[in-house]
Amino acid sequence: MVHNRSIISHNIDSGCFPSPHLDAFPAGLRVLVVDDDPTWLRILEKMLKKCFYQVTTCCLAIEALKKLREKKDAYDIVISDVNMPDMDGFKLLEHVGLEMDLPVIMMSVDGETSRVMKGVQHGACDYLLKPIRMKELRNIWQHVLRKRIHEAREFETFEGIHLMRNGSNHIDDGNLFAVGGEMNLMKKRKDLDNKHDDKEFGDQTSLKKARVIWSVDLHQKFVKAVNRIGFDKIGPKKILDLMNVPWLTRENVASHLQKYRLYLSRLQKENDQKYSTGGIKYFDLPSKDSGCVSFLDSLNKQQNDGAIDNFRYSDGTLKLHMESTSHEVDLNGIVTRPTIDKIRASVSDIIDPKIRKCSQIGHNQPYESAESEVNHTVFEYSTVSTQCSWNEVPKMLLKEEQNTQKHFQIDQSQSMNSDPSGYTSDYISPVNSMALEVVTFPSQSKSLVANDQSPDIVFTSNLSSKAPGYNLGCISDMEIYQRNLLLDSHAALTPLDEDLHLLLLQGEYYNMNFGMQNIEMSEYSDPWIIAEVPTNLYDSADYS
Amino acid sequence: MEVGQMQRQWMGYMKSLFMEGFLDGQFLQLQQLQDENNPEFVVEVVSLFFEDSERILKDLSFAVDQQSVDFKKIDAHVHQFKGSSASIGAQRVKNACIAFRNFCEEQNIDACRSCLQQVKQEYIHVKNKLETLLRLEQQIVAAGGSIPMMEWN
Repeated sequence: MVHNRSIISHNIDSGCFPSPHLDAFPAGLRVLVVDDDPTWLRILEKMLKKCFYQVTTCCLAIEALKKLREKKDAYDIVISDVNMPDMDGFKLLEHVGLEMDLPVIMMSVDGETSRVMKGVQHGACDYLLKPIRMKELRNIWQHVLRKRIHEAREFETFEGIHLMRNGSNHIDDGNLFAVGGEMNLMKKRKDLDNKHDDKEFGDQTSLKKARVIWSVDLHQKFVKAVNRIGFDKIGPKKILDLMNVPWLTRENVASHLQKYRLYLSRLQKENDQKYSTGGIKYFDLPSKDSGCVSFLDSLNKQQNDGAIDNFRYSDGTLKLHMESTSHEVDLNGIVTRPTIDKIRASVSDIIDPKIRKCSQIGHNQPYESAESEVNHTVFEYSTVSTQCSWNEVPKMLLKEEQNTQKHFQIDQSQSMNSDPSGYTSDYISPVNSMALEVVTFPSQSKSLVANDQSPDIVFTSNLSSKAPGYNLGCISDMEIYQRNLLLDSHAALTPLDEDLHLLLLQGEYYNMNFGMQNIEMSEYSDPWIIAEVPTNLYDSADYS
Repeated sequence: MEVGQMQRQWMGYMKSLFMEGFLDGQFLQLQQLQDENNPEFVVEVVSLFFEDSERILKDLSFAVDQQSVDFKKIDAHVHQFKGSSASIGAQRVKNACIAFRNFCEEQNIDACRSCLQQVKQEYIHVKNKLETLLRLEQQIVAAGGSIPMMEWN
């Protein structure tokens, strides 16, 4: 079945998502669902399929792990229930995070803050409360995308400088960075980052299950060790020994190494694609005699000679001109992220006074830990800004916490309305909770789109049941529906009263004038006639 | 009975189920998920729910009947049932489970026993209702009609 690519897929070069199945991202997302409740498993499977995802189901955690281990690259994201008979969902979460490094979403009918917190601490990228709505599943792709961006940033900015691509062919990372509200998020989380960064070592010991935060220093040690051993011969144990960091475990190194490998292989793919003979190849593959490091070394040397002669900040692009090498280094990736203040703070430690003057931008918040880290090398400078990228882990978790709180809140109001002690009496309560639920539900009911915002789009997809589901991708479709639903609920509907308004959705039969039909049925035997809708039309959009 | 009449009857029945709190919006979600590819989706899911529920209730009864009661175990079962009932929107069952869990926390065995009865009752109640509803749907479809889609506002 044909469906147009979503907006995002236009921006994503397949270089960042090399697998062919993700060409129509987010459609085709490979989801593994784990839930011991067979009813939920079936429902989730159906919902996910309706989002055009590729779904695999599992009712046991052990089975899920087996599947994941068998084919490491077979899945993009895992959704798991918290309570399972054979293994605690949190344990599964840990395993998946460590071994496969996939985003994991937790689910539960229990929305207690402590549980959600536990999920977040164990590394869940989201925590959904049951009953789960379709709309919540539609957007899970964001976690996959976010992770890719995060990884891309971690290593690219870390390893120094990402080179100018040919002409305007800015790396898709640039586009990736533009996607998602991460930037604003990072601005807000900046203070928390500072605190978190200071607590880095504390966290390591106090929260045993917390992830290691790979700071600039740490990663530098790591890379040094890798290069010393020789990329072909590396193993986590060897690296660990060389790094000489007492609190670091073999597992930490192993997972970081895996990410590093992934990053490098992705780079290689990009290099292969992007660079013709004219390109500047700085990132020679590690197998070729540690190309990365030699570049870094040369940078370091230059910096020690005070080689940054020009530091310009304009249009959100940081261009670093190096004296001996005349290569313009595009720090687009870094700068588009609002970490200017950090750069400023750390850069002011770099000897050049010009820099200090130029960098009177942004906020004046001191960033002590960054300053302490600055080693007056270009490498450090650029990586200081990635200080926050490493802190993205807590940021992300915090953000997810926000999200989960949102879920949590919605559920709370629902459960409040469904009055445990008095469920026999007041039928208004279920109505309220339903109103809460349904208004935002992006229903397939085309007739709700009465406000003609985009009647054509919706309607044509409605017209023939064989028509490709939507002309819009999942996302824009969602937006329109939500917008329309909200508009509808405010504009066109009479306010809720004790009688429920039943909307009869009738597909084509209500053609151009497809306003809603507010039908009040107070009794069974109302005189109006339900126009008969052929079965194949009453559920208009064909999703599957 | 002609189709239109049956459809109206169905709608009235649905309305009452919602008004009386037997079902909530989740059930509508299920109906929305039903489509050409899965014309029996709701029936399928509801059947799964019944099957699973029998099992859970059996385990639950067993746990409650024990000489030395393990409240954690009971709570785990109730939690399971809560999740399960939430899946099809069996609101009253779910609410009964919530109350049940509170008593588990208090470790009040007598209250737990009576809660178990409540939960069972509610389950049987909603089971009957759903069976009636689905039967009605079958009749409508058999008579060449279609099940109206419903939305709440």
